Formats: sequence, structure tokens, C-alpha cells
Amino acid sequence: MSVADQAPRFASPVDQRMWSERIPAPWWILGLILLLLPIVANNFWLFQIMGWTFILGMIGLSLMFLAGYGGMVSLLQMSIAGLAGYMVAILGPSGAANVSLGLSWWIVLPAAFLIAALFATMCGALAVRTDGIYTIMITLAIAAAFFYFTRQNYSIFNGYSGFNLVLPPKLFGVNWRDPLPFYYLSLACAALCYGAVVYLARSPFGLALQGVRDNPRRMAALGFNVTAHRVAAYALASVFASTGGILLVWQNAQIAPGTIGISSAIDVLVVAVVGGMRRPLGPFIGAFIYVLLQVFSTDILGFFGFSADRFKLIIGIGFLAIVLFSPDGVLGLWDRWRARMAARKAATTGGGA
Amino acid sequence: MDNYIKRYPLWSLIFFLLAAAFLCLVLAPWPPELVAVWGRKQIFLNALLGGITLGALYFLVAAGFTLIFGLMRVVNLAHGSLFLIGGYVGYEVATASGSWLLAFPIVFIVVGLIGLLMQFFIFSKMEGEELRQTLVSIGLSIVFADLMLWWWGGQSYSILAPQFLQGPMELPLVSNINDATGVVTWLRYPSVRVWILVAAIVIGIAMWLVLNRTALGMLIRAGVDDREMLAASGVRIHLVFLAVFGFGAGLAGIAGIIGATFQSLSPGEDTRFLLASLVVVIVGGMGSIVGAALGALIIGVAEQMGFVYAPTYSIVLTFLIMAAVLAFRPQGLLGTRR
Repeated sequence: MSVADQAPRFASPVDQRMWSERIPAPWWILGLILLLLPIVANNFWLFQIMGWTFILGMIGLSLMFLAGYGGMVSLLQMSIAGLAGYMVAILGPSGAANVSLGLSWWIVLPAAFLIAALFATMCGALAVRTDGIYTIMITLAIAAAFFYFTRQNYSIFNGYSGFNLVLPPKLFGVNWRDPLPFYYLSLACAALCYGAVVYLARSPFGLALQGVRDNPRRMAALGFNVTAHRVAAYALASVFASTGGILLVWQNAQIAPGTIGISSAIDVLVVAVVGGMRRPLGPFIGAFIYVLLQVFSTDILGFFGFSADRFKLIIGIGFLAIVLFSPDGVLGLWDRWRARMAARKAATTGGGA
Repeated sequence: MDNYIKRYPLWSLIFFLLAAAFLCLVLAPWPPELVAVWGRKQIFLNALLGGITLGALYFLVAAGFTLIFGLMRVVNLAHGSLFLIGGYVGYEVATASGSWLLAFPIVFIVVGLIGLLMQFFIFSKMEGEELRQTLVSIGLSIVFADLMLWWWGGQSYSILAPQFLQGPMELPLVSNINDATGVVTWLRYPSVRVWILVAAIVIGIAMWLVLNRTALGMLIRAGVDDREMLAASGVRIHLVFLAVFGFGAGLAGIAGIIGATFQSLSPGEDTRFLLASLVVVIVGGMGSIVGAALGALIIGVAEQMGFVYAPTYSIVLTFLIMAAVLAFRPQGLLGTRR
């Protein structure tokens, strides 16, 4: 799976139809299903499964943006999400009253995004000093250092115990941690992030970034600042990760070093790879599979006579299988299946699409 | 050396003074003013020696990692798992047979074999696809970690050092001089750590000799420089790959035994040592054995000094060293740009 063959397909630039006509029908159906899901789904599905899927998907999306369009596989995204979440807990109110500052939400949220973006920019500037597989090693090292730091530091990050009782602000009189509002909140955030990535991919910046991914030397010769594009991609990706991180803190109502551990950082990679890193939809599909496996692993494993603790084994083997047999993830499988169907159809109808 | 002194007289002088001051700190007894600022000399020496011996352990883990990376361009993120497997198998062998020394050859063979299988069945099938190899190694590390958790559980194990290595030994370093009586106290230090340091130095020198003085070493160095050319000149490079992968894995396994004797083994140690070897090779330079030794020494000493003098920020110190190296010398201290 070299970076170059992950090129997302470009949309054709000359498309004169209305924007609503350009969106294919399956998307309308998917959107409708997601909007109307609360009619049929119970609170557990809305809050735990779908909420977590959207959150994990957003963090995976930030990795997909970096890896798919920028060619930089960064294991740092969970740390950035965690930092944003930590900032919400530190600056806003929480159960650890001696550490938290208890500022109001309209200061806390922008500050959290800003600090996470600064952190991402600094780490990105370090990581782009080298490229290729070195990026994985360096970002993994930074992520691990951040994890150990939060665990050791008590004056800012409250050490091992972290923060609990981190609740979302009661805006408009709505308790955003109730399942229904939280579902729509996370859905809206996920849709916004998804739309932003789709838009960015077609913007001049996104096209330049994809050019940098495919041939940095040629882009440099054309006058593009390669390093600046890469660092800017880290900064932009941090916004998606931070959104996911803040929602994650609100969903769990707590954050601790375990949230941003190495295994979580690798989980984000698993989610993005399993879903497929070619298109922004991939991480969400990967996240949905991951969450379903995690939640129902007890039943599945119990069915085969194993204990529920073997969840990681399933994830690991599934990840290995995907990487070994379908490097572009579940979406890649789907694409190939569709191509085969189309070929078969073309064969039976005598060619000509 | 002479050239360097001629070209940079000022820097040479500064380095010389720093080295002299360091030697003074280590060898001479500390005056009371210094003790008032920095604490007792014994603490400093213990931290320094702890750092050097920890560096020896890091070197053993990172040497295999950097060798595999240098030759095959495989970032084997399952290297920490090999370390942990080595430790667990060593524990089983040592408790079953009662012999600490017997564990070393057995673990070397077992873990080396696992490495051979990984290279033969997985990594060699996707040669040149670096990112995919890395992802596969991540998947392997997840699977290994869970299998080990299944088999050995979550509790921590440690291997007892054999009788002849237990207890402290006196080192020829002054720890303290009693003002009233003039009696010199020498530093006492656990002998098992001293011997492991000696063993790591011996292994390091042996590796250097093999790499630089033998035909096999010549093949490996040629492979590091230009893999395709070496294969084109008729060398069966896959055998060299297998040998290096097996050796690197076996070395990580042996380091596992040593780690279990030093400290203890528990789930999570695999990522800790993976991280350590990552930082060591980033600092030292990827693919360079001497770089791994230098990086391991720096990181080990920094970590121990950090633990003693600034416990909250010891990880940050390690990280800052890595960041500084990346900022000023991205290829690592002794790495070569490719």
C-alpha cells in the first residue's frame, strides 16, 4: 500500500447541475436514515454505539485527511483529540475543582481548539522534518511521550486519575448529554467535518496537498512550499480531531491518561485502515465496525466459547486480515465488488456501459 | 580528531572543559556546597550508573530494531512484543530449569525463530511496501499482546538473578569521605547490573566486529547501502535478510530476560520498550549500530537523571532530546541521509 495508490478520485470540475442533484441518491437515503434513526433506535444505540462511532470516525477522519491526501500516516491524532478534551476539562468546570479553572464555555471551546491546533502544528513541524515511514515512528514517539506526561503530571493534567464530571454546557436549556441531543450533536459535528474534508480535498489547498503527496520535488519546483502545506495539513486535521476529542470527553464525562494511551492511538489507525483511507467515508465505516465489535464482542466471543477479554485479539486479527488482503480497507473491497459486478454485467449484455 | 581541534579550537576547549568537569563530578568527593545544591554524591552516581545500565538494556533492544530497519527498511513495530515474549519465555525456562544462564540460548533460539517466521511468511511477501509492512507489524503486535495477556495474565513477573550475581559489589568510585575519620566509602552497586552492562558492551563490540570484519558483515553493510545492487551481484539476499531478522529478534528476546531481571515484566512493557527503541534510533540515527549505542546511552542517562532530579518531567526531557535532534539533525546523530 504505497501512498501514491491511495489517490482519491477527483471530481470532474465542470459539473453544471444543481448541488442537490449532484449528490447521488444513496447519500440522501443514508442521510435520511441517520436523521430518522432515533424513531427506531433505543438510547443505548443512539448514545453509545452511534455517538461513539461518530466520535471515533471524526478522529479517524483527521488521520484519513493526513494520510489519504497528505501521505503522512500520523499516530498523533488521538493525542490531539485528547489534548482538546483535556483542555475542556482543565479550563472548564470538572470534578477536580482544585485543578480545573471553571471558565465558561465560550472561552473554553475556542481555547481548546486553539491549543490543540498549536500542539498539532508544533508536532507536525517536527514530524515533517522526515517523511515516509519515519512519520509513523516519530508521531508514535510523540504520542507515547504525551501519554506518559499526562500520567506523571499532576499540576496541569491531574496525573493518573485525570478529570471526571466533565459535562457539556446546558445551552438553550438542553442537556446535551441526554441520548437524543447528543446523537444529533455528534451527527451534526460528524457531518460538518465530513463536508469540510470533502470541500478541502477539492479546494486549491487540497489539490496542492495531493500534489505534494504524489511528488514533493515537482511541487517544490513549481513554487509550492512543501513543508508549509504539510504543516498546514496537520493544523487543519487537528480541528476534526479536536471536535471528536471534545465530544468524547462529554460522552464519557471524564478523561484520563488511559483515554489517550498508545493502544487508543493505534485504534484510530485501525479504524482508518479498516474503513479505507482513500475516501472520507472510510473512517466512519471503520469506526462503526470497530464499535459494533467492541460492544458485542461479549456475545460473539461467548458464542464461540471464549471469554470477552479476547476482543483485542479479534481486532488485531481483523486488522491483519484487512492489511494483508485488502490494503484499501472495507471500501476497497466494496469498490472491487462493484467493479466485478459491472464487468459481469458488461459481459452478459455484450459490452458497452 | 586533530583536524577537529585545529578547525574548531573554541568548541574543542568547551568540550574538553565539560569532559573534565564531568570526570571531576564522578571521581572526586563532592564539597559540601555542591551537596547543598545537588544532594548527595551517592544519589548522582546511582542515577548515572542506573542510566548507563538502562542504556545497556535499551541498546540490546534497539540494536536489533535498527539493524532490521537499516537492512530491510522494515519498521518492525512488533519489536516490543518480541522483547516481552523473550522475557516471558525466559521466565518459564528459568523457573522450570532453575538456571538463569540456560534461558539465554533457549530464548534466543525461540524468539529468533518467531522473527524468522515473521520475515519468511509475512514481511518478505510485501517487500518494498514499507507502509504496509509497518501496518502489518502493528497488527502483529496487537495480536501478540493479547495472546500473551491470555497466557500469562496481567500480573507482573520478575526473574531472580542467580546466586553469584546477587548482592552489591564495590566500584572504584568514591561515594563519600568521612570528614572526621578520613575513611573513604566506595560506591556499592548491584553486581548483576554491572555484569549486564559488561555483557551489553561485549555484545555491542562483537556486533561491530562481525559487521566490520567478516564476510557476512560485509554482505550486510553492502545490503544497507544498496540492496538491489547486492542482489544483482548474485548474493542470495533473502538468506541474509532472514539471518538479520532472526538475529535482531533473538537479541530483543535476550533483552527481555535482562529486562525481567532488572525490573519486571507486565503487559504494557512491550510498548514501553518499543517506544524506547524508537526514541533511541531516532536520536542515534536509523540503521547505525554505533548510533544505537550512543542514543541508548543518552536516553538511558536522561531518563534516570530525570527520574531523580525532576520526576514530573523526566519523560519531557527524553522527548525534548528527541525533538532537538529532529530539529537540528533529522537523520539522527550518527545517521546518514539517504
